[in-house]
Amino acid sequence: MTADALEAEARWCDAVTAIELLGVGPTQVGGVLVRGWPGPVRDRLLDWVRMVCLPPLVKVPVHITDDRLLGGLALAATLETGRVVLERGVLAQADGGVVLVPMAERLEANVVGHLCAALDRHELSLERDGFTGVTPCRIGVVALDEGIDDERAASALADRLGLHVDLQPLPPRSTPPLLPDVDKVRAARARLESTSVPDSLVTALCEAAVQLGVDSLRATVLAVAVARAHAALCGRAIANDDDAAMAARLVLGPRATRFPETEQAPAPPEPSDEPAPEQPPLPEDRADDQPPPDGDPDEGDLDAALTELVIAAARSAIPDGVLDLVTAGRSVQRGPRSAGRSGALKASTSGGRPSGTRAAVPQPGERLNVIETLRAAAPWQRLRRRAASSRVEVRRDDLRVTRFAQRTESLVIFCVDASGSAALQRLAEAKGAVEQVLGDCYVRRDHVALIAFRGTHADLLLPPTRSLVRVRRCLADLAGGGATPIAAGVDAALALALEARKRGRSPLVVMMTDGRANVGRDGTRGPAGQGDALASARSLRAHQVRSLFIDTAPRPRPQARELAREMGATYLPLPHLDPRVVSSQVQALTQAGP
Amino acid sequence: MALFPFSAIVGQDELKLALEIAVVDPGVGGVLVFGDRGTGKSTAVRALAGLLPKMKVVVGCEYQCDPTSDRAQCPSCRAMTGTPQVAEVSVPVVDLPLGATEDRVVGALDLEAALTRGERSFSPGLLARANRGFLYIDEVNLLPDHVVDLLLDVAASGENVVEREGISVRHPARFVLIGSGNPEEGELRPQLLDRFGLSLEVRTPGDLPTRVEVVKRRAAFERESGAFLEKWASAETALTTKLEDGRRRLREVQVPDAAIERAATLCIALGTDGLRGELTLVRAARAAAALEGELQVTDRHLARVAPLALRHRLRRNVLDEVGSTVRVERAMAEVFPP
Repeated sequence: MTADALEAEARWCDAVTAIELLGVGPTQVGGVLVRGWPGPVRDRLLDWVRMVCLPPLVKVPVHITDDRLLGGLALAATLETGRVVLERGVLAQADGGVVLVPMAERLEANVVGHLCAALDRHELSLERDGFTGVTPCRIGVVALDEGIDDERAASALADRLGLHVDLQPLPPRSTPPLLPDVDKVRAARARLESTSVPDSLVTALCEAAVQLGVDSLRATVLAVAVARAHAALCGRAIANDDDAAMAARLVLGPRATRFPETEQAPAPPEPSDEPAPEQPPLPEDRADDQPPPDGDPDEGDLDAALTELVIAAARSAIPDGVLDLVTAGRSVQRGPRSAGRSGALKASTSGGRPSGTRAAVPQPGERLNVIETLRAAAPWQRLRRRAASSRVEVRRDDLRVTRFAQRTESLVIFCVDASGSAALQRLAEAKGAVEQVLGDCYVRRDHVALIAFRGTHADLLLPPTRSLVRVRRCLADLAGGGATPIAAGVDAALALALEARKRGRSPLVVMMTDGRANVGRDGTRGPAGQGDALASARSLRAHQVRSLFIDTAPRPRPQARELAREMGATYLPLPHLDPRVVSSQVQALTQAGP
Repeated sequence: MALFPFSAIVGQDELKLALEIAVVDPGVGGVLVFGDRGTGKSTAVRALAGLLPKMKVVVGCEYQCDPTSDRAQCPSCRAMTGTPQVAEVSVPVVDLPLGATEDRVVGALDLEAALTRGERSFSPGLLARANRGFLYIDEVNLLPDHVVDLLLDVAASGENVVEREGISVRHPARFVLIGSGNPEEGELRPQLLDRFGLSLEVRTPGDLPTRVEVVKRRAAFERESGAFLEKWASAETALTTKLEDGRRRLREVQVPDAAIERAATLCIALGTDGLRGELTLVRAARAAAALEGELQVTDRHLARVAPLALRHRLRRNVLDEVGSTVRVERAMAEVFPP
């Protein structure tokens, strides 16, 4: 067998072990995050889920509404009987079983929120449609993450799912035809309650987590739970090294944000003062009488060896990208960013917020507000009920339509020339302007993005965001120098603007350059650069994207003005960027309407 | 499901202090907790429920009215005749679930009564259930703005006024608002920040022994919650007593003029907007003194609570990378020379 085939088989074994562990204790391990596209491999894995886990297996479609997810008023039944009839939501139905979430990377923020609440509390509290209650919801979640590149399942959800499995490297027909041992899982489920994890393993897992840069303590707690489930699966009453190694492989390795140091001392850079890797872990038996950890205990080499073992196990499961980033000297993002594309903020802001209702017959495109309609009809029921029927009579006058206050959000796209000798200073100024604009407009919940172009291409340095925290992190390592590919910059800005428009945001492009293009679209240096820049500028205007052109040259030239005209931009010669002027211009333009 | 005991939370001293202050003096104006995932924000807030001293309520009152106080404001008590029956209940810690509809928050027409009996009656919402207790919003930065505005308004006025579907109800809604969130997912508008009394940021503990202890306790709790709770029962009782004592002592704690002056000097040095900073600082210091069993507010108390009370009220200079905590600490070093 080739090395690849061996590797594939090991990966598949991990995947099915994860499913078995889910079957042993779904609420304990939280769930499984499966990354990979739909296909025979994933289908086979889902077959395992069906065979191994206790029913019910409930599927949550990606755009499920809150009323179906949580339950609420059953409209038909309510109208039929004239009494309030409640309908159980999908999550309540899944109690004791497994929730399957396809396309987890596209889940709406509210669905993520409810799943997380159910995973945290093992129950659901409901406040909807005039109904209050708590229902048990002991679930495990299987999230199918089909994202490409940096699209990922929401980090809040991923954090709570203990087991992470990556099927992407598996070739379609590589899976060995194994069948799960359902009886073994059933026996393990019964044994789980009485299985324990010794303190030395807990310490080793904690230390491995620190060394792998796994910040979230929840991950470590889940690793302990997985070790315990694995011990139960193997028929052990007390977890041993193998269980810890498996937990490290399935839980900690995939979450690693850095490579562990092998032998030598210094712990990698971390804001907080971390102990060096060989710092002694706590002794095992201090648990019972005095809880708080104070003294620095001494210990033997045994635990160090165990930690080594655990880290070695996790190492094989560290995603490839981590090593690349570390060697490239770039900081690794801690964990996946917040919900890939369907950003967390979207649900609460875009699409307008409901602002009351009005009495009207719904026109196409308007939404009938059922609850409010019923409320309007309710007081009249006794008068209207002539016959002995128990039906609710709703008349035309009762109809209520939801009103939305549509306030378009704007996205300010900074497109900054990072080329040439003045780049460093200009970048610093641009950085100031970005922060100023963000500081002014985050009151209004607007977003900013930053594109820098230099050399041969343009980079999206800061995807649309409102978070000052993220802005600071991204702007910190902004470098300058090289040629001036204006066309590439304008193209990137246009692409981002059109994408934003699809999301219902109105984009504004702020160009900051001296207008001297010397690199064409194809990345070659030469006079074609200017022509390409003009062509790109025209397409920006053709798409009617509003723009502001800030000429940063010490002595403004006609090229820049021409470029601005072709873009249809407001032209602003500003040799020394004043963040406040930029910000006020941006505000004037964003408030002017599309 | 059983709640993780408050006293078993490792570290997070500032968070614990903020919550204890809010228990001793609910008037301090709410707590805002920002921090990374998996730092135990929600655990700490929910653990409060197990800790709070019981309170007396009027039996049958939907707003948990205090039998000893003026009950004229509450619609359900006004309707009662004769001497009310009194019961002891736990202080409510109400979770506001993400996606709760506005009618459930403020209360609305009782649909069932209206449909079946044609009655127009009011069905109280979450604000009524949180009266005299705590209202906890996880991911407060993801809540629609209009709901946050509404909550802060009610929290500040202590009264919920409902005017909808032909219902006109006002009822007491005095609660401590606790919000938590992750700053990477968006921030709170400054005008909302200012409305919270105390704010803090929690971090994942970095040192190994603390992390090990956190994980061990969590694992023990999840495995055998009964035994775990038993083990921590005496610590919990002691903390409850401390909070009860603090609450009783609060009224006796003196705030000397010198302390008020100090608070004002600190706020001027930091350039905080408005007077809410000073007021909260003094109030929180008084609660901290009461918790420590002291009868006078000293510089030490002010210094202890100053970051909590002031860090979210600084005028933000977006170009300044220095965190607000550092700025408060610097100003304190000037105003309170060691």
